[in-house]
Amino acid sequence: MRALARLVARADGRGGTALVELHGETPLLLRQTPTDGGVATVHLVGGAAGPLAGDDLRLEIEVGPGAAVRVHSVAASIALPGRAGAVSRMAVRAVVHADATLHWLPEQLVAAAGCAHLAESRIELAAGASLLWRDELICGRYGEAPGGAVVHTQVDYAGRPLLRQSLAVGPHAPGWAGPAVLGGAPATGSLLVVDPSQAAEPPMADGSVARLPLAGGPATLWTATAPDAHTLRAHLSV
Amino acid sequence: MATPSLLLLLADGRFPAGAHAHSGGLEAAVAAGRVTDLTSLEAFLAGRLATAGLVGAAFAAAAHRVAMPETVGSAHPARSARPSDAPVGSPARSGALARLDAELDARTAAPALRAVSRRQGRALLRAGRSIWSDAPFADLPATPGGAHQPLVLGLLCAAAGLSRVETATIAAYGTLTGAASAGVRLLGLDPYQVQALLVGLADACDGTAADAARAADDPPERLPAAAAPLADIHAEIHATWEVRLFAS
Amino acid sequence: MDPHPPLARAGRALRVGIGGPVGSGKTALVAALCRAFADELRLGVVTNDIYTTEDADFLRRAGVLDPARIRAVETGCCPHTAIRDDIGANLDAVDELAEAVGPLDLVLVESGGDNLTATFSRGLVDRQIFVVDVAGGDKVPRKGGPGVTAADLLVINKTDLAPMVGADLAVMDRDARARRGDLPTLFLSIVGDPTATSVADWIRHELAHHAAAHPLTVPVGPA
Ligand SMILES: Nc1nc2c(ncn2[C@@H]2O[C@H](COP(=O)(O)OP(=O)(O)OP(=O)(O)O)[C@@H](O)[C@H]2O)c(=O)[nH]1
Ligand SMILES: [Mg+2]
Repeated sequence: MRALARLVARADGRGGTALVELHGETPLLLRQTPTDGGVATVHLVGGAAGPLAGDDLRLEIEVGPGAAVRVHSVAASIALPGRAGAVSRMAVRAVVHADATLHWLPEQLVAAAGCAHLAESRIELAAGASLLWRDELICGRYGEAPGGAVVHTQVDYAGRPLLRQSLAVGPHAPGWAGPAVLGGAPATGSLLVVDPSQAAEPPMADGSVARLPLAGGPATLWTATAPDAHTLRAHLSV
Repeated sequence: MATPSLLLLLADGRFPAGAHAHSGGLEAAVAAGRVTDLTSLEAFLAGRLATAGLVGAAFAAAAHRVAMPETVGSAHPARSARPSDAPVGSPARSGALARLDAELDARTAAPALRAVSRRQGRALLRAGRSIWSDAPFADLPATPGGAHQPLVLGLLCAAAGLSRVETATIAAYGTLTGAASAGVRLLGLDPYQVQALLVGLADACDGTAADAARAADDPPERLPAAAAPLADIHAEIHATWEVRLFAS
Repeated sequence: MDPHPPLARAGRALRVGIGGPVGSGKTALVAALCRAFADELRLGVVTNDIYTTEDADFLRRAGVLDPARIRAVETGCCPHTAIRDDIGANLDAVDELAEAVGPLDLVLVESGGDNLTATFSRGLVDRQIFVVDVAGGDKVPRKGGPGVTAADLLVINKTDLAPMVGADLAVMDRDARARRGDLPTLFLSIVGDPTATSVADWIRHELAHHAAAHPLTVPVGPA
C-alpha cells in the first residue's frame, strides 16, 4: 500500500497556529485534536496493524514561521512481514521555519519477527526553530526476536548537519544485540531537543541513558536502552 | 609502488598514532559487566565493526576520495587513482573536508567520542606530517581540537599511495584491533583465542571496508551513520571516571 | 616586560625526562625542581600516569607551580609506550603548554612509574634523568638496565632511608660507576633537600649547553 499525508501549519497572527493543509490516505490518516495553548495538535491514526512489508508511507510536515505543532499517534505501529523480499517504509520529511516549533512524539515502533522495515526521517530546521523529536524502537513483540529494522534520522540546523543516526537491528545487523550496541536491551530510542533559547547542558550518563549535547547547533540528544517500553519512555520524557 | 608494505605499516598497531592508549569503548563495557569473556568480546567487536567501524571507514574513504578521486569499480583501484586536480589549499578541497568533518560530528552524538576522535586525529596528523611532509594536510579544517581521525587517515593513506579500499580496510581493522588488544589486557583473555576471534571477523572486516569504500561516492549527508546507543552511553560514563587504564 | 627573562635563550625549551621505578621519588623531584626554579625559569611539567592524572593532581595541590603549567597524559596501561615508542600525546602536551602559557625554558616530563627498562625517546626529550631509590636495596645499580646505564643523570634518592633499609651507598656508588662509565650519578634526599640542589645545578649546566647548541634564531629578511 502507498500513502501520502501532508500537514502544513502557519501562525494565525493571533498567537495561535492554523493547519492550512491536513490530509492523509489510508493507512496514514491525520486527525486534528483540541489545540493546547496555541499549539496545533495532530494525531496519526493508523489503520489496521502495520505497516506491512511492501507498504510505502510518506508524511510531509511544514511548520511556518512562528507556528507550533505537536504530533502524536494513537497507538504503536507494528512493522510486519509482507510479500517475500519486500520492505516497508515510513518516510517523514519535516521543515520547521524560524521561531516555529515541532514536537514529534509518536508511540513506539515495534519491529515484529520477520519484518523488513525502514523508518526514515529528514528534518530541516531553520535557525531559531525548536524541535522535540522522539524515536522509540521495540525489538520484537513480547519474547520474540525482531526482523530487520532501520531507524534513520537526519537533521540539519541552519543548513548545517546536526544529527545523522541510523540504528539497525535484526538478522542483517551484526552485533546489534551485543554489548557494543544495545547490550541485549529490547527497547531503545532517542529524544532530540533543539532549543535555541537555552544553552545546552553538559553531558551526563548512567547505566543505560545519556544526555549528549550536539556539536552542530543548540541541541541535546537523549539516548537510552531499556528492558521495556515503559522504562524507555521514562528515560525519554522531558 | 610498495603498496602492500605501506598498507601493513599504516595498519600496524605500533604505528605511532596513539592507538595504544585507547580501548575503543571496551574498558567501559567491561566495567559495566557487559563484556566478560571471549563470547561477549566477539559480540562487542562485531557490533563495533558494524557501527563505528563502518562510519570511520566510510569517512576515511571519503577523505581519501577528496585527495585522490578514483572509481572504486575499476579493477585496479590503486593504479587508477590519481591525485586530485584541485591544488593544495584549494577552497574546493578544504571545503569538502570541512563538510566531512561537520558530517562526522553529526554522527558522533557523544561529546567524549568527538573529543577522542579529534585527539586521535591530532596524533595521526603529527605522525603523518613528519613522514609525508608534502601531503596536503593543510586542507584539513582548523576545527578546535583538530580534525577527526578518519579524515586525517584518508589523507595519510592517499599520501602513501594506498587505494580507497585499502584506506577503508585500515580504518575498519583499526576499530577491531585496538579493542581486541584492550580485551587481552583488561580481561586476561588468552591472546591466541583473541587472535582467532579476529581471524573469524576478517571477512566481516573486509566486507565493511568494501561497503565503506563504495559509500564514499555518495554525497556526504548520505554516508553511513550507523548508531550504537551503548557506545555513546559507555563513552560518557568512562569520561567521568577518576581512575581508568585507557583514555577511551 | 617579562619578569623572568629566560636563562636559556634557546629556540625552544630544554625537555628533560624524569623516569624510574614506581615510587622512587619522580614526582617529589619534579616538585623540588619547581621550587628551585620558581623565580628563575619559565617552567612546564608533563606527567604520564598509568591510571588517570594522579601525579598532575598532586603537583597542582602541592602549589609548587601554576596549574596551567601542568599537563597530564593518559598512557593506557603502557607508560613506557607513551614516552618511547608512541610519543605523540606527550608532544601534544608540550605544545599545548606553550600555547597556554607562552614560551618556556624548561619542560620536565615525568614518566609513569615503570621498570628498569623504561627510557625516553630522543624525539621527546633532550636529556633524561633516571631516579631510583635506596629503599629497593643497594642492588639496583648493579642490576643495570637501560635506565641505569644510559640515562644522562642517575639520581639515587631517599638516602635518608639508607640506614633503615641497610643499603650501602658506597656499594651503590661503585656499581653505578661500573655501569655508567663517565655519566654522572647524584645521591639525593628530597626530604633533606627540598629544592634538590645538586640536580637543579646539573639542569642549569645542561640548559647553558642547550642554549649554546640552539642559539635564538634571529629572523632573517628576504634575500
Ligand atoms: N624518605 C624519603 N621519602 C621520599 C623521598 N623522596 C620521595 N619520598 C617519598 O616517596 C613516596 C613516593 O614518591 P613520589 O615522588 O610520589 O614517587 P614517584 O616516583 O613519582 O612515584 P610514581 O609516580 O607512583 O611512580 C612519597 O611518599 C614521597 O614523599 C626522600 O628523599 N626520602
Ligand atoms: Mg609520580
